Amino acid sequence: MSSTQRVLAAGQPVSVKGPWRSPGHRHLHGSDFTWAIAFVLPYAAVYVAFVVYPFGYALWLAGKPSLYAELVADPLYLSTVVNTLLFVGLGVNVKMFLALLLSGFFLRRRWWIRALLAVYILPWGVAAAQACVSFHWMLIGELGLVDGVLSAAFGIDGPNWFGGRWIGLGSDIAAYIWKWMPFWTVIFLAARLKIPRDIYDSAKIDGATGYRRFVHVTFPLVANLYLLCTLLSTLWTVGDFTTVYLVSGGGPAGATDVLATLGFHYAFETSRPALGIAAVISALPVLIPIAIVLMRRLQTSEAQL
Amino acid sequence: MSITLTPGPPARRRWRWILTEAGSALLGVVLLIWSLAPIYQMFLIALDPEEGEIEFDGNLWPPEPSLEGFRAVVTQKARYLEDFWHQFGNSLYIGLLTMVLTVLIGSLASFAVGRMRLSKGSLLTNAALLTYAIPASFLIVPYFRIMHTYGLSNSPWAVIAAQVTFALPFAILMLQLYAKLIPFELDDAARVDGASAAQLFLRIYMPLMIPALAVVAVYALLLAWNDYLYQAVLLSVRNMTVSVTQGQLFADVDAPYNAMMAAAILYVLPPIALLFALRRYVVAGLTIGGTGDTRVS
Repeated sequence: MSSTQRVLAAGQPVSVKGPWRSPGHRHLHGSDFTWAIAFVLPYAAVYVAFVVYPFGYALWLAGKPSLYAELVADPLYLSTVVNTLLFVGLGVNVKMFLALLLSGFFLRRRWWIRALLAVYILPWGVAAAQACVSFHWMLIGELGLVDGVLSAAFGIDGPNWFGGRWIGLGSDIAAYIWKWMPFWTVIFLAARLKIPRDIYDSAKIDGATGYRRFVHVTFPLVANLYLLCTLLSTLWTVGDFTTVYLVSGGGPAGATDVLATLGFHYAFETSRPALGIAAVISALPVLIPIAIVLMRRLQTSEAQL
Repeated sequence: MSITLTPGPPARRRWRWILTEAGSALLGVVLLIWSLAPIYQMFLIALDPEEGEIEFDGNLWPPEPSLEGFRAVVTQKARYLEDFWHQFGNSLYIGLLTMVLTVLIGSLASFAVGRMRLSKGSLLTNAALLTYAIPASFLIVPYFRIMHTYGLSNSPWAVIAAQVTFALPFAILMLQLYAKLIPFELDDAARVDGASAAQLFLRIYMPLMIPALAVVAVYALLLAWNDYLYQAVLLSVRNMTVSVTQGQLFADVDAPYNAMMAAAILYVLPPIALLFALRRYVVAGLTIGGTGDTRVS
């Protein structure tokens, strides 16, 4: 029996917290070092070629301060900043909070809830462009499914969902939540499945049930994960182009544009690539601190996605 | 410590139980309608025998459901969809290569950083996460230019490169977190038996990482499958994908909507099939560790 087999035969330890760093006294040398470099090289190449270089190039293209003066002077840019804050702020937080609550619902052990979960995660598998086109048609005014059902069932004339700035943004946020809430619900569900039963048993003895159990027992245990996911999702959502472009199309007349679609509009529809980059780069002062907090949190905490 | 185990007299408890059950049933119905409405809408349009119908005419089920739309797509007779299978092939090519490359490059990097104790290894993970400070849609203009420099303009490889770049930081993060569960004693024991780093990677690391690799694979495929912007900007008409063709619906008011939606439904199937095929591993990968009781089957 080789020593590998012996360790394998001993079974996997239930929790391995220590060994992550502990045998670190041995340094890499000789062929091992060569192997390690060879293993990292493909990613390093991708990083330099497709992150560092394009990013540097973008900064160089959008380096002229006059571009930013032009942006601030454009009323469309200012309303777009407000829209982006609303879209990301409301979209991400409502989605995350509902996902956390719903993960509790999906923990219930009923056959029909388990079957429902399979249906519920379908939107994650539906491609974004198709889902957004479907949302667009569903809300396309009196011809759409939603207004059609409203008038058939309740006799009300539904609103024009893309007719105004706020209602258009609301439609975008609804489509965004529909598409992305299942993914995060599954992440939270997985985290909550890992909470040992005995914690709940002792909480029950202490009288913590229902709402109090959620606030004082469950939430503190998943709070760190919740924060990490919210930060990561915020970064991803600022770059979301598809939802706004295909659901409300940025209309009416650019009233629901976000930075991602405005940048596209400048760069490809009015042929001002530098201005397009400047529009999106203006968000970096907010995004880089978020990324740094995310990195710090991941390093210091025992966070597990 | 006070011990109050009984929340109330039996009658009150019974009422509470009924309320809870009614509440979850109601929530279940709401979630069902919410999740299925846009998908249902896709079928409603796809099954309509007439080309231009997107209006809702009061029928919750098409009066004469017809597979005409699907037939037109499969036989490539519909307008805009003359090259459907070619475009589908392009989507598949981009999606699968993104998936394979992400899993490969990501697992190599996470092995080197996490298992080989490469000094300054965490620098790489941090640098990777920094990618997300520059959201994907921000880089489209420089990508458009640099792909030309790299000789990749109008090539599917331009899109693959972009998608792999954005999938890798999450992949490396996920793999590293999962790798923490594999005991280091295993590596040390294999070393004693004379295994090289490459053998360690192939024989120990990869087989034990299968659940995490499954999550990363599904994630990468969906990222490429969901993409609209990069495919629209970086590909030529010849290499167009299904995702972009869908977006062009807006350009034409009398497009063959039933065929378009039938195409959308066909396009949605591959990632769902993959998710279904790998569901066991995905569940295991997401419920890292699974200490406590494993209530998931």
